[in-house]
Amino acid sequence: MKHTLQQVFRSSKFVTGFCIFAAILMVVIFYPLFVPNPPLEIIAQGSFFPPGTYVSTYDTVFSSKAYTLNLTDAATKRIAAKLGDQERNDIKEYLMLVGVPEDQIDSTNTILLLDLWEKNYDPTKKISGMIFSKVRYFERLNKSLDGLLSEEGLILASPNIDTGTLEQVGIINLSDYVNIKEVASVRTLPLGTDNFGRDVLTQLVKATSVSLMIGLIAGLIATFIGLVLGLLSGYVGGMLDDIIMFITNLFTVIPSFVLLILISYSVGQEHRGAVMVAAVIGFTSWVWTTRAVRSQVISLRNRDHVNLSKLSGHSIGYIITHDILPYIASYVVMALILQISSAILAEASLSILGLGPKTSEVPTLGLMMNWAMIYQAQILGKWWAYFPVLLVIAMITFSMNLMNTGLDQVFNPALRD
Amino acid sequence: MTEKKSCLKGVGLTKVFGLGRNKNMAVDHVDFDFAEGEIVSIVGESGSGKTTLAKMLLGLINTTEGDIYFQGKKRDIRSHKAKKEYWTNIQAIFQDPFSSYNIFNKIDTLFLDCINMRGGKKLPYEKKVEMMTEACSFVNLKFAELTNKYPFELSGGQMQRLMIARIFLLQPKILLADEPTSMIDACSRATILDMLMKLRNDTGMTIIFITHDIGLAYFVSDKVFIMERGKFVESGTADEVILRPKEAYTKRLLNDVPKIHEEWDLSTVDIKVN
Ligand SMILES: Nc1ncnc2c1ncn2[C@@H]1O[C@H](COP(=O)(O)OP(=O)(O)OP(=O)(O)O)[C@@H](O)[C@H]1O
Ligand SMILES: [Mg+2]
Repeated sequence: MKHTLQQVFRSSKFVTGFCIFAAILMVVIFYPLFVPNPPLEIIAQGSFFPPGTYVSTYDTVFSSKAYTLNLTDAATKRIAAKLGDQERNDIKEYLMLVGVPEDQIDSTNTILLLDLWEKNYDPTKKISGMIFSKVRYFERLNKSLDGLLSEEGLILASPNIDTGTLEQVGIINLSDYVNIKEVASVRTLPLGTDNFGRDVLTQLVKATSVSLMIGLIAGLIATFIGLVLGLLSGYVGGMLDDIIMFITNLFTVIPSFVLLILISYSVGQEHRGAVMVAAVIGFTSWVWTTRAVRSQVISLRNRDHVNLSKLSGHSIGYIITHDILPYIASYVVMALILQISSAILAEASLSILGLGPKTSEVPTLGLMMNWAMIYQAQILGKWWAYFPVLLVIAMITFSMNLMNTGLDQVFNPALRD
Repeated sequence: MTEKKSCLKGVGLTKVFGLGRNKNMAVDHVDFDFAEGEIVSIVGESGSGKTTLAKMLLGLINTTEGDIYFQGKKRDIRSHKAKKEYWTNIQAIFQDPFSSYNIFNKIDTLFLDCINMRGGKKLPYEKKVEMMTEACSFVNLKFAELTNKYPFELSGGQMQRLMIARIFLLQPKILLADEPTSMIDACSRATILDMLMKLRNDTGMTIIFITHDIGLAYFVSDKVFIMERGKFVESGTADEVILRPKEAYTKRLLNDVPKIHEEWDLSTVDIKVN
């Protein structure tokens, strides 16, 4: 046995698959220890905030110590952030539309460009042929350019409750900085937020662990049923074999996914917890494990070592557990791995159809895909809401299939002796 | 010779595999009566039904038709208990030593099973080791070198010798040896045959020796049965059948024996036929 384990870990495919899978497991186990936020907590007002670090504006202004840094490139950066190439071209386009000759416009000279803009932009002016959204765009652009070149700071004021007048409480200069470490409230959302305003990464980690659990439960159920039925029908044979094979054939003729959909639908949204969905997947996918185990057992049961075991007076139970099971154990492990990965995919497919686990309790990878699709993340280009989910599904199934192929390479020659 | 007690008797023994058009009469109404202490050879070409007959005699597969009598009484092995009892009396060595072992069990397990089967379950471990050592030395192997080893660490010849050691431990009344030498080289073959003869001489066991090699059968057996497509076509003492064959099939089998056989029969096989 030790020997076989060594061989397994010498197979590069298995090791690669194992490492990927172990890495995913590590993240799933350790991430919640560092980030204990509830995965389904709605933190954002609005949907699909892009990935990044969010710093509390209020805290930066009030509760942090201000530092003065004289950075020469600060102004350039500030302008560049608001006035990129796209905006410059748009301004040029507008100016030309209102009749400024092209040779007077230098879109690289910020001061001149803004000067021209200020002189010529008039929100009340109707320009023929300009669509409404463009008009609104220029209004927004104009607003954002307001005070861009100002050298003055901003005055902070708060209303006095007694008099109702604004009172100055401070000034923010252009050279004022805060140390981000000193800002009380900072939240990094590496994968942004989803349509409901929930942290995608935290949710993804939780969803991965739930999906893995669904896969494991479904895989164990399917493999257990498949193993028991396969052993019985293969070893005992006769009537029992006929009955089991009849049931198995029945399940083969009806595509298991259709069955899965029908059962999930009839169970009803209310009762579909993650475990329930796992069980439904498990109970509909044992068929091919049964067939595979049965045919393995049939080829084993006439082997001489089984005959010899009978001649040594062993009972059926002993022979199945000692003379048959060890020979197919590696095969069963491989079947289990495949069952787990296909159960994860089955959950995802079910959830995309809206037949997955109840949505309010836990996220699953399939549910996340479902939400992203319903809220059109892929059309809106909000890649962080669906691409990481796809990647995780792909990595889990890929790593499991790699492990399976690795095991196959190690075990099969041994099985054939 | 006729006063010898009957040990295993078959009447109209038949085995049919498959149904309808695929029907295959593997064993077709054979009758025989093996006496105690005899070495009987069943000779036939590949597919003639030798292994099937052996498995029926062992009770590993059901008979389609016919009765088997063990020590004069009709055999009844429907319950597991009766089967267990029957198998203390009849044992086998199979054709392929490489598939006869459970590769997950150590050699010790195999032997301990035999001791348990003969009611030695409660014996102290030292006594069991002593028995296993004796059995191994019977086949010229050292138990100390084999203990805690797995079967795949042994050679084919060693495996087959261990199978004989197993029989030595079990001391059954009948041994069915199904081509025990067909998978191993000529040299080990002679040793194996030698040990089988010794087993018979020491314990008075009935040995049913199955082979496709009529030359070999001549050297080992008291009686020879020739099997062709599930039927016994000729039987008698070794001398009768082999030196004065009546059937064309037997003659053909004899002719098929390659000339080399005569050479190794005489030069390498050192068997004391008594
Ligand atoms: N389990 C089985 N199911 C169907 N047919 C079988 C089965 N076992 C044996 N047979 C058939 O029975 C016939 C006799 O086979 P058997 O194994 O008894 O031959 P044999 O004389 O032992 O041959 P060999 O010398 O090759 O071992 C063959 O035609 C074989 O195809
Ligand atoms: Mg055979």
